[in-house]
Amino acid sequence: MRAESSTAGFHPTVLLWLAVGWIGYAVVPWYGLDDNFFLLGWLLDGYPLDDDVAPALFLNLQGQKLWLAPFALLLALPLTLYGRNRNDPLFGKLLIAVGAIGMGWFFMQGFGIGLRGWNFAWLNQLFGELDDRQFGMGYGALLTVTAFLFLFCVGLAARGAVGGDVFVVSAIGFVVATVGVFIFMPVLQMLANALVTPDGGYSLGSFISKIFSERLWSLGCFTGTRCGVALNSLFLAILVGVLTTLLGLVFALVATRTGFRYRRLLRALTVLPIITPPFVIGLAIILLFGLSGAVTQFVSGIFGIQPTRWVYGLPGLLMAQVLAFTPIAFLVLIGVVEGVSPSMEEASQTLRANRWQTFWNVSLPLMRPGLANAFLLGFIESMADFGNPLVLGGNFDVLSTEIFFAIVGAQNDPAQAAVLAIVLLFFTLGAFYAQRFWLGRKSYTTMSGKGDAGVHPRLPSLLEKGLFTVAGLWAFFTIFVYATIFYGSFVTRWGIDYSLTLQHYVKSFSIGRTEHGIHFSGAAWSSFWTTIEIALISAPLTAAIGLVTAYLLVRQHFKGKEAFEFGTMLSFAIPGTVIGVAYVIAFNVPPIELTGTGIILVLSFIFRNMPVGVRAGIASMSQIDKSLDESSLTLGANSWQTFRKVILPLLRPAILAALVYSFVRAMTAISAIIFLVSARYDMSTSYIVGRVENNEYGIAIAYSTVLIVVMLIVIGLMQLVVGSRRIGRRGVESDMSQSRTNVAAPVVQTPGAG
Amino acid sequence: MSEVRSNAATVKFDHVTKRYGSFTAVNDVSLDIEAGKLVTLLGPSGCGKTTTLRMIAGLEMATEGRIMIGGKDVTCLPATDRDVSMVFQSYALFPHMTVMENVEYGLKFSGVPKKEITQKAQAGLELVGLAKFGHRLPSELSGGQQQRVAVARALVLEPQVLLFDEPLSNLDAKLRRHVREEIREIQQNLGLTVVYVTHDQEEALAVSDRIVVMNNAVIAQDGTPRDLYEAPANAFVADFIGEANIFDCEIESVSKAIATVKLGPVTLKLPSRGQTPGPAKLAARPRRIELAKAGAQNTLPGKIAKSTYVGSHAEYVVSTDKGEIFIISQDVDQIHAPEATVGVAFARSGPVLIGA
Ligand SMILES: Nc1ncnc2c1ncn2[C@@H]1O[C@H](COP(=O)(O)OP(=O)(O)O)[C@@H](O)[C@H]1O
Ligand SMILES: [Mg+2]
Repeated sequence: MRAESSTAGFHPTVLLWLAVGWIGYAVVPWYGLDDNFFLLGWLLDGYPLDDDVAPALFLNLQGQKLWLAPFALLLALPLTLYGRNRNDPLFGKLLIAVGAIGMGWFFMQGFGIGLRGWNFAWLNQLFGELDDRQFGMGYGALLTVTAFLFLFCVGLAARGAVGGDVFVVSAIGFVVATVGVFIFMPVLQMLANALVTPDGGYSLGSFISKIFSERLWSLGCFTGTRCGVALNSLFLAILVGVLTTLLGLVFALVATRTGFRYRRLLRALTVLPIITPPFVIGLAIILLFGLSGAVTQFVSGIFGIQPTRWVYGLPGLLMAQVLAFTPIAFLVLIGVVEGVSPSMEEASQTLRANRWQTFWNVSLPLMRPGLANAFLLGFIESMADFGNPLVLGGNFDVLSTEIFFAIVGAQNDPAQAAVLAIVLLFFTLGAFYAQRFWLGRKSYTTMSGKGDAGVHPRLPSLLEKGLFTVAGLWAFFTIFVYATIFYGSFVTRWGIDYSLTLQHYVKSFSIGRTEHGIHFSGAAWSSFWTTIEIALISAPLTAAIGLVTAYLLVRQHFKGKEAFEFGTMLSFAIPGTVIGVAYVIAFNVPPIELTGTGIILVLSFIFRNMPVGVRAGIASMSQIDKSLDESSLTLGANSWQTFRKVILPLLRPAILAALVYSFVRAMTAISAIIFLVSARYDMSTSYIVGRVENNEYGIAIAYSTVLIVVMLIVIGLMQLVVGSRRIGRRGVESDMSQSRTNVAAPVVQTPGAG
Repeated sequence: MSEVRSNAATVKFDHVTKRYGSFTAVNDVSLDIEAGKLVTLLGPSGCGKTTTLRMIAGLEMATEGRIMIGGKDVTCLPATDRDVSMVFQSYALFPHMTVMENVEYGLKFSGVPKKEITQKAQAGLELVGLAKFGHRLPSELSGGQQQRVAVARALVLEPQVLLFDEPLSNLDAKLRRHVREEIREIQQNLGLTVVYVTHDQEEALAVSDRIVVMNNAVIAQDGTPRDLYEAPANAFVADFIGEANIFDCEIESVSKAIATVKLGPVTLKLPSRGQTPGPAKLAARPRRIELAKAGAQNTLPGKIAKSTYVGSHAEYVVSTDKGEIFIISQDVDQIHAPEATVGVAFARSGPVLIGA
């Protein structure tokens, strides 16, 4: 038997979580602070005795908040496990009990006791008036409940759950808990609103009449009037999904499978729209094709046609969304296209299939998971897109903007918003299941443990020509759009005064000098720094939780895995507007009081973008043969070590994709953000939308240009940090740059020597 | 101490069953594997060999029964905690690590001091003749070399048991012979306990101390290569290990463990091997059957259906009342032509009675 690590004394994992729990209870302030916790100002504010900053222990010792005292007892109980082996039944049972009771009590006291004593009338009747109260919970509370969660998981593992694997059980527990608290709870709270009538009662009838209303489902556009909002969304999303998938595949093929010399340029071009806030493309389309747009004016000048507003609505939306979301499909597909094992294609060719037959019968089917993922992403992105419909929608109403206006508009009708959200959810989940159905149970594993040797064959030449044509046209259009944006940022007033100026940049990003040194005097700096900070914090967290989830889904078997998968992918199907509203409703009051903080922004990004990490992880992980994990396990590594040493390194392309994507989303998102920003934590996108509303197009575009440049730089740096996956394929060593997920500017490859 | 040593231990299966849902992949298997021996699991595809092996490794958990390694009950121990290494059919080399890193991998988790890790890994690579290839990536090696890296990676951990799952199936025929001899040599030199899965009976006969033949999720027979060849326990084993002609026959009487057997006009006296009078089956290897003149005493009349001269010997298919018989004859001076009538005679030792 392999040597078991330290059996005497305490189980090291238990010790760790007990320490965390005690620090949370006895050392760190229990409740939320007014200042930033990490500035440590609280240490000088009367810590540890003052009410505002006291840890729970000191509050209890002073006879206050006595409902926190049971935590001390619960955290003391596991100390009796000293010297016990983890196979001892008592070990597992005690930890499960302590963890479960700890978490249960934690939420009961949190929801039961609020700002005005008891939160529920029946508690008042039961126990009488409580003349104490509590605020939103802080880091102390967070650490303590985390400790209970993981003690619970260690207990479950000791009782044999998932083969007794502490890492896997803890990972499952963590994902379930966070998804539960930060997705399910707020969304359920919001959906409960669907049953609420304007006078505050609950009614199923009004819900039913709302959900089947003409406003949603009318087929009017076939008879000359307007179609329902739901149908508009569905129609647009399907079109966008199909088009982005096709285009994404075209670019992935051009980038990896052709001798095309300007692949790098193409890659850079396909990346540009990803790092552009979506509504910026909408803006550019208006600048070009709007009523006073450059192209419109030009064409009407030549042909004498009266300018119309044709671009507002489906045509403009389609253009903007396809431009904006094709690169996402590209990112998904390029990994898959590269992942198709060359030896499969070589095998096919030796079986007398020609290049075209090989492509059609082998390469393409092997890309099916990628195609399905790409479509799903395009479909859902389109459904959830908020910025473009806001700018370009015209009379073509879609669900996401309707939800927004239901809440912030004159209607102020949360019930209507919830109904619309349910319809949206229905569509996105439907797409999700259709995709699973299509993929079926086939195995698409192509990266075996054998270190694949071989070279991808060239594509059929006719196909190659077609690809070049499409890619070329698209590239031209993209360049045109971006040139417009860039140029527009230097124009005094588009459509009226085309003289060049720097005033927009100066106004937003001027830097002054004072006696204290450099002073960022431009109006945009504050939101700019906030955005960078929030994006940099949330990106690695998003990637981490996403990949761990993917690992659990692909590699582990446990009871309730289906439900687990459903739950983690659900947030994927929830558009930002819904999350935004839900967070405002759920996290505005204790026990979790986060509105107005930066934390709520980070959380919304993590849980909004997590599915992207999951998807990227699943797609790459299912291409890594399971025998690699198994051999690692038989070589004595545990599941955590296997995850770290074998899976993660092989997942580098997926990690990079997840990092880049979540960073970019955090920089460019608008839908959820617009509900969550505060004066102190304003984000670039909401600032820009504010400028657009004031008709300050110049500043809006200038700011967007700066964002794009900054993102390019950051993505380049990330690529350097993460590096590439070095597995080597015969014959392409000299040209490795083409066979990895290269997202930004070319990066020099360190020669792989030792 | 930079050499690879052995910690060979015994393996014991005690009524082990593995089910996937309602499907039984391994059914009530009991096994005793001695330390320092190479035992082969042999059987047709799908009979449960890999599943058995994976249960030793801890990659699958037994549904019922107990598994012991080195006298300790490991039934519920996961792979990480068992001292067992496995060489995978696909080799499962980590494509992002060099050969050296692959071999060092397991050592890093075994509490081996840093300095020794490299020495040990180097010793392991030397053992398989790849000392100079440490810096390469797996994709830069040939199939045979990859296979040897996989072996080195498993060996350096000095496991109690070393497992091979069809290790030669991805190699070309010439290499196969070479590699299997290497594996056998290393196993014998180091005195390792090895469990080896294959569906190739020749490979099994060549490398094993003992062979466990499996069929349909159960053990068909368990014995030395010689036992299996010379005294198959049933028709399946007789046919699977080397070719055999199987005949329906009748045991007339048994006395002093010698049975009198009637096969058409032929009467044979054979060891009874526990059979009782009544219908039985007789297995005879092609080399243990001879051709005599037509009508010779105590022969089965037949007609040559096919005749092939292959240099060192001649192969015949003879059709008789008892079915077609495959015969290999050392007598190449006189080749029987097709359609010739002959008598089929049975060598005195060679035909074996097996259960009906
Ligand atoms: N994970 C699994 N789920 C269901 N059936 C399985 C699984 N693994 C193996 N089997 C079945 O068990 C039987 C034995 O498989 P295996 O041990 O791999 O056979 P082999 O002897 O060829 O190595 C096969 O019929 C196979 O279909
Ligand atoms: Mg097998």
